[in-house]
Amino acid sequence: MNCDEFVELVTAFLDDALDPETEARFVEHLALCEGCERYLEQFRTTISELGRLPPETLSPATRDALLSAFHDWHTT
Amino acid sequence: MKTLPPDADLVAALRGGDSDAFTAMLDTWSASMLRLARSFVSTHASAEEVVQETWLAVVKGLDAFEGRSAFKTWVYRILVNTAKKRGLQERRSIPWTSLLPPDEDHGPTVDPARFQGPDGAYPGHWRETPAAWTSPENSALNLEIRQVITAVLDELPARQRAVLNLRDVTDHTADEVCAMLQISAANQRVLLHRARAIVRERLADYLAEEKGATT
Repeated sequence: MNCDEFVELVTAFLDDALDPETEARFVEHLALCEGCERYLEQFRTTISELGRLPPETLSPATRDALLSAFHDWHTT
Repeated sequence: MKTLPPDADLVAALRGGDSDAFTAMLDTWSASMLRLARSFVSTHASAEEVVQETWLAVVKGLDAFEGRSAFKTWVYRILVNTAKKRGLQERRSIPWTSLLPPDEDHGPTVDPARFQGPDGAYPGHWRETPAAWTSPENSALNLEIRQVITAVLDELPARQRAVLNLRDVTDHTADEVCAMLQISAANQRVLLHRARAIVRERLADYLAEEKGATT
């Protein structure tokens, strides 16, 4: 496997979606190529940084309005 | 994140007017709904209106849920439809299925110039190993990393952004994302991979150790 093929398969690899033969070639390449090892690591870092973004929240006014709407819908 | 009861119990509670059940659901799902809505509309305020409109539609349309999909999928589909409509009105986002730049989902995700050509010693291999990154664990960088990521999210095409938000920011499974966005597993993976590669590239500009170190 070449590096330019490897970089396109990273997400499939992480999702365990490669067929066994391709996965074997992917892992074999990974073991030998420092650049791709680093690329994979940076992909993992990217994913984990995305997961650390702070949660968005509804404004208290919107949240209250929705809770009232639910209440009203079921009592009128 | 709170764990909600199984669909059948949750929906029964909601139909019975159980406010606690509604509150729990609202507080558990709204954060990721806001992120998903932002894939299609241009401001946080718009996204909040989309989420609000979605919840109102859910409240009024509960009886229409037939249990053919997960309840969450049903809610998120309403959200996506509402957000797309809103995005069109804003003329910001392009229709989901048409008018896409033809190469948005195709072509290499890493600049081919980064690899050796056919005349190189190792065609298809890195010309230069990607530069090592400063550890993002360094807390002084956290805020800036967030700003870099937030900026690049805003630039992604809507479909890539939607998948990336659902998978990596709000931690849904591939199966859930396919159901919510009604796309195939292969398409989901392509969109996710392209979006991640763009974010990685932008982080590399920022975190690569060799670059800018001497300025």
